[in-house]
Amino acid sequence: MSPETTAPDSLAVQARGIGKVFPTASADVTALTDVDLEVAAGEFVSLIGPSGCGKSTLLRLIADLDVATTGELQIFGKPAQQARVDQDYGIAFQQAGLLPWRTVAGNIALPLELHGTVKSSRDARVRELADLVGLSDFIDRYPDQLSGGMQQRVAIARALAARPRLLLMDEPFGALDEMTREYLQSELTRIAAETGAAVVFVTHSIPEAVFLSDRVVVMSPRPGRITEIVPIGLGSTRGEGLRESPAYFERVTAVREALHGAKVERANER
Amino acid sequence: MSLRGTTIGARPLPGWVRIAAPIGVGILGLAAWILYVDVAAAAPRMLPSPVAIVQEFVLHADIITEAMVVTATNALIGLVVGSIVAIALAALAAAIRPFDGMLAPIVAALAVIPIVAITPVLNTMFGASSQFGRQAVAGLAAFIPVFVNVLRGLRQSRPVHRDLFRASAATPGQTFRLLTLPTALPYLMTGLRIASSLAVIAALVAEYFGGPADGIGTAIATYAKSGRAALAWAFVLGGIIIGLVFFLVTSLLERLATRRMPV
Repeated sequence: MSPETTAPDSLAVQARGIGKVFPTASADVTALTDVDLEVAAGEFVSLIGPSGCGKSTLLRLIADLDVATTGELQIFGKPAQQARVDQDYGIAFQQAGLLPWRTVAGNIALPLELHGTVKSSRDARVRELADLVGLSDFIDRYPDQLSGGMQQRVAIARALAARPRLLLMDEPFGALDEMTREYLQSELTRIAAETGAAVVFVTHSIPEAVFLSDRVVVMSPRPGRITEIVPIGLGSTRGEGLRESPAYFERVTAVREALHGAKVERANER
Repeated sequence: MSLRGTTIGARPLPGWVRIAAPIGVGILGLAAWILYVDVAAAAPRMLPSPVAIVQEFVLHADIITEAMVVTATNALIGLVVGSIVAIALAALAAAIRPFDGMLAPIVAALAVIPIVAITPVLNTMFGASSQFGRQAVAGLAAFIPVFVNVLRGLRQSRPVHRDLFRASAATPGQTFRLLTLPTALPYLMTGLRIASSLAVIAALVAEYFGGPADGIGTAIATYAKSGRAALAWAFVLGGIIIGLVFFLVTSLLERLATRRMPV
């Protein structure tokens, strides 16, 4: 989907044998073990699983917010740290995390400001992004004047500010009501298609994962690992009609079975 | 009647009541005071009528203003210098852990000393003609609340914001300027509001313990001793005005800084 799909760059994320151990006072906690994952440029991949399966940890490793204990992790063919410094990805969290003393425009512009983009092109980009997430009329408002859904849209616009080829999202719609959630899911598929960015999306909602993704990565806890990867393949246009289609329900069932299968397997281990 | 009483109690007070109520209480208090002193003539000699105090205040407005300027200047210099030192040390303590450990006991010791108690020592150290002792006392009084609040404020940045700045590859300088500092600002303002009142009290009380023969505190002590109660009270009124001005200005600053804080 991206024009720059050349050999070393064709994979947005390439993880081989990734493990993460958090040392604590009593014992080491293994958050992730032996994770292999490839995300192609422009691909939408969801990570799903119960609490403690390491899905957020994996996202934080890709973002270089934490460092993997073992294994090799490459983002567009370079180490995660280099990708972070080069701003190859944008990120959005469950909390919008807007700076309350900055306006919507100031918040969207933050990543550009941090990288010394000149004011004129910054302003133009902010207007473009506010338009993309439908907040053009709210550009001078402060975060406390916005609803939760609007704040999350600002956070998404901010994540897209530096035109990243990869978007990392950690349950960005987790704190929103169902209607806002479905609306933002549709918006996100549109934005992802328009920008051509790859997306790694952490969620604990099966319908959300199926609706958004090209592939759903099912994970399981203790220790956190990938148990199955479910291809969705519902096409690149995701209309509201899709939520009612039999193919959609079929995939929801497939992902649910993959999750439950993981549960049974865990029960057998004990 | 009782029904009306409960409905009024349940609703927030209308704006004019919130302003009129304290004014009403003030007028009632003044009326009682005048009744006690002027009409009943039962008050002790050192409690003059409010009318007499205001008369003295107007009559001696020039010397009272002069004394107010001296005390207010001492308090202001103390507040500004004390706050700057507090901010600098708090920034160091927040950045360097061992430094925090070194400072903590000193600050704790400073906080428990009644600061006016060291005034005679400072006055003797810097000579009877210098205002420095008084300014130093005001500065020390202002230092504690500013230091404690700023240090706390510098540690309040939320994990999601720190993640965001790291993910955006912000330099440590950028993170400090665009995240840590703005987060700490409301805490600084709260510290300043508390410090402003303390600095005025410290500067004024410090005048009771020697130093140059000027300022509100010196005048209150002098006229109280010589039995000119109304004039002494007029100077007290001057001291109250200084304290109010300091408090109102810093409260306004605090309100401006905390306007955008919730979220």
